[in-house]
Amino acid sequence: MTHSDETVIRLRGLRKKFGTLEVLKGIDLDLHRGEVLSVIGPSGSGKSTLIRCLNLMEEPTDGSFTFQGREVSPKFRAKAPAIGAGELRRRVGMVFQHFNLFPHLSVIDNITKGPRTVLGEDRAPAEAHAMELLEEVGLADKARAYPAHLSGGQKQRVAIARALALRPEVMLFDEPTSALDPELVGEVLAVVRRLAEGGMTMVLVTHEMGFAADVASRVLFMENGMIAEQGSPHDILRAPKSERLKGFLARFHA
Amino acid sequence: MYHWDFYTVLQSFDLFLMGIWTTFLYTIGSISIGVVVGLAACFARLSHRAPVRLLARSYQELFRCTPLLVQILWAYYALPMILGISISNTAAGLLMLSLYVGSFYAEIFRGGILAIDKGQSEAAHAVGMSGVQAMRHIILPQAVKKMLPAFINQSVVQVKNTSLLYAISIAELTYMTSVVNSETYRPLEAYSLAAVLYFVMLFPLTQVADYFERRMRRSD
Ligand SMILES: Nc1ncnc2c1ncn2[C@@H]1O[C@H](COP(=O)(O)OP(=O)(O)OP(=O)(O)O)[C@@H](O)[C@H]1O
Ligand SMILES: [Mg+2]
Repeated sequence: MTHSDETVIRLRGLRKKFGTLEVLKGIDLDLHRGEVLSVIGPSGSGKSTLIRCLNLMEEPTDGSFTFQGREVSPKFRAKAPAIGAGELRRRVGMVFQHFNLFPHLSVIDNITKGPRTVLGEDRAPAEAHAMELLEEVGLADKARAYPAHLSGGQKQRVAIARALALRPEVMLFDEPTSALDPELVGEVLAVVRRLAEGGMTMVLVTHEMGFAADVASRVLFMENGMIAEQGSPHDILRAPKSERLKGFLARFHA
Repeated sequence: MYHWDFYTVLQSFDLFLMGIWTTFLYTIGSISIGVVVGLAACFARLSHRAPVRLLARSYQELFRCTPLLVQILWAYYALPMILGISISNTAAGLLMLSLYVGSFYAEIFRGGILAIDKGQSEAAHAVGMSGVQAMRHIILPQAVKKMLPAFINQSVVQVKNTSLLYAISIAELTYMTSVVNSETYRPLEAYSLAAVLYFVMLFPLTQVADYFERRMRRSD
């Protein structure tokens, strides 16, 4: 897949510590517009922490982080030219492993809540946009349903629509299918694939190696808080260089 | 064989009604103030600042670990000596009832908020909501459902606790019953009637609490 040379997110020497435990040990990363970056690696290697730093769900302890050339500040309302957590999160959407839908709100209210409270959108245009998004994820008939009455795959598709409602420029996915029954994985991946084909800039943590190979423009292998190897899906998944990556991949081909 | 004579007591039923009205006013007043105080203490305890947390915690423990009757007597007889001003029994009673129930409400509110999964506030933040917006639109609406049964139960206790105002001569139901008693010399009938009146007021409330509790368990 092609992408432009415009760098949306730039990380230099990014570090994250939890107490004394250093989980990210100096990450350098350039994410280009339209790029689909897949992050793989063993459990505990820091994949979730990395992706959560990208919308300040976790606050990095050191290093530099810029979004479209503007320095990212952990303050919710940072003064320009810096970009604060509030603005960053409006422009960087996130989809969680466990969906985290709002159980007290209907599907359509789950989607419009963000735009209405954060952007101050009126109900009518917010709902019209939400219906478009529900069409896209194939759940227009569930607009008035409550999350408790949806399957896991449907919940995750609503969660994707909820994130898209703020018209983000980047989407982050942290293992979006690993909480799903196997037969429900396909419907969610289809939505993610369509987003990728539509040119959305994305970072996707996944254990679905086949899917990563398929949609990613670049694959990043993390190990022990560092980027151990990166390259095209073919290079990383079919022609791994390091023994660690070979060992890691062997477990998926078994 | 004791000769029951409710007729004499019932002739003073207007006194009972006045007592019920006063009990009602103190209950509503102290619950309203208590909710505000409880919310403040609850958010103070969830604060990032340690001194704020400590202050709220100290208030809570002070009021939860001393008897309400002592608090009321202290506010009426001791506090004026410290402040050098006179405090009416209304002010002393309302103040202590409110602070007392507020300390329990704070714990109920806090429990309800902490019971909401962390993923909820993360999802709210992920769509750009501030902490206050996430609390108002996402966390509180869910937490209120969880705290409702405990809140109603504590409020039932609060109605009963107004009877302690008797000790500083506030004319609530228990006090008025003692007035009827001293006029009629019919303690058995007077206090039995008072008990029945309290029961009639509170039984429906406990049923409402049970209803919410059952409904909550079903939706989990
Ligand atoms: N909030 C936290 N507090 C303390 N330690 C944490 C926290 N979050 C993550 N960690 C630790 O950081 C390390 C990396 O965690 P992370 O969740 O980023 O790994 P991961 O690569 O996503 O793993 P998995 O594949 O299991 O999801 C782990 O050792 C984890 O225990
Ligand atoms: Mg993870």
